Amino acid sequence: MMDPMLNEESSYAPKQTYFSPYAMNGGTCLAIAGEDFVVVGSDTRLSQGFSIFTRDLPKTYKLTTSTVLGACGFHGDVLTLTKVLNARLKMFEHEHHKKMTTSEIAAMLSTMLYHRRFFPYYVYNLIAGLDEEGKGVVYSFDPVGSYGSDGYRARGSAAAMLQPLLDNQIGLKNQQNVQRVSLSKEKVVNLVKDVFISAAERDIYTGDAVVVHVITKDGTTTERFPLRRD
Amino acid sequence: QGRIHQIEYAMEAVKQGSATVGLKSKSHAILVALKRASSELAAHQKKIIPIDDHIGVSIAGLTADARLLSNFMRSECLNSRYAYDSPLPVSRLVSAVGNKSQIPTQRYGRRPFGVGLLVAGYDDQGPHIYQTCPSANYYDCKAMAIGARSQSARTYVEKHLDKFLECSLDELIKHGLRALRETLPQEVELTTKNCSLGIVGKDMEFTIYDDDDVQKYLAMIEGEERSRAAPPADQAAMDTQEGEGQQPADPQPADPAVEEQGMEH
Repeated sequence: MMDPMLNEESSYAPKQTYFSPYAMNGGTCLAIAGEDFVVVGSDTRLSQGFSIFTRDLPKTYKLTTSTVLGACGFHGDVLTLTKVLNARLKMFEHEHHKKMTTSEIAAMLSTMLYHRRFFPYYVYNLIAGLDEEGKGVVYSFDPVGSYGSDGYRARGSAAAMLQPLLDNQIGLKNQQNVQRVSLSKEKVVNLVKDVFISAAERDIYTGDAVVVHVITKDGTTTERFPLRRD
Repeated sequence: QGRIHQIEYAMEAVKQGSATVGLKSKSHAILVALKRASSELAAHQKKIIPIDDHIGVSIAGLTADARLLSNFMRSECLNSRYAYDSPLPVSRLVSAVGNKSQIPTQRYGRRPFGVGLLVAGYDDQGPHIYQTCPSANYYDCKAMAIGARSQSARTYVEKHLDKFLECSLDELIKHGLRALRETLPQEVELTTKNCSLGIVGKDMEFTIYDDDDVQKYLAMIEGEERSRAAPPADQAAMDTQEGEGQQPADPQPADPAVEEQGMEH
């Protein structure tokens, strides 16, 4: 936190120090839903201000075999939210004798976030997975639990840069005379790579490496690509 | 005479429940349980309850009390994972259960929990089998059986104890099923309906096998002679003590007297 600028006279005035319960730890995550798959990616940089804490911290978390959480913002809240989510997932399994589906997890996350309406989890969440019919689905959240399903969404520090690019390439917005083709896994993974490379160019909080998960009915594969480290 | 009768009565409830056996090898701990149905119409009561990825229990006695204890155990395990990011050691969980069980044995207006548990777990000390009692005592066991006619199972297990450590998983399961079979009255057999299996091990999360999933293991002990074989319905060799699970004329102390008495499971 920056101190207020002081001149000679006001060095005798009472100074107010600021304690903020939140910090911005940067990072970007993104998810794209396909016909029978979902691709989730995040960068691996953890930072604060102009410092880098670590270059090796992915912001994606496996919840079940068919659902992945992407979470960026204040990392302290990300960790706690993840712990509580995992505990709640287990409790659900004990009670209902089945694993939670993607839509159930999304609904529960929304209520968990809203319970902290007056001291929010400073986390921008993405839930990506396969729905009950095996189709890919992406849910995106705001810090207090507002959510909805999208075909694709970027969250985090470079979201504003990535989202328009995705709108154009996947949503085919602002393009004339284009055929809608269903995207293959390989095309989507390449698009995610390119998109993160672009983000790392311009956003200082995004870089180091990108971790990409591809979720299909046969499980989840994970790949890692390097990014600019500056 | 230094006896607290309420506790002894509660332990009777455990003895009335249907049998369950727990045993362990170097790498796995397993539970086998005999499910009882209160009537022809009802389903067989579930006996094995998952607690966490690395712990499961089987119950004998009052099912409602078992539910309470297992919910408590589940929340202890969840809290440990939340706070320490690591699975709760089995011994610690069992002593927490012991402490919780002791309270109603001493507080005014309460009664002891009428359920005995066999806890099977795997932690970094290896596989474990623990027994808990309504008396709030708990015992670390190499193998154990509780419930109706469980003495027969205990006798089988004592006989074969030395083999368990080096057993493969399949062999261990066969021993468990044979031990359970010892507790059955004469004309009853282990079937996929009344038998339940729980396994946890080094690279295996606690998994329960019910109904059709048990068939594979029942088939492994199918043709074998029982020591208490069926009456002359298929005549011959009824009295021969062949095959596994031999019991020389050991009088079976309390068990034959304890017939199936509905209420507990």
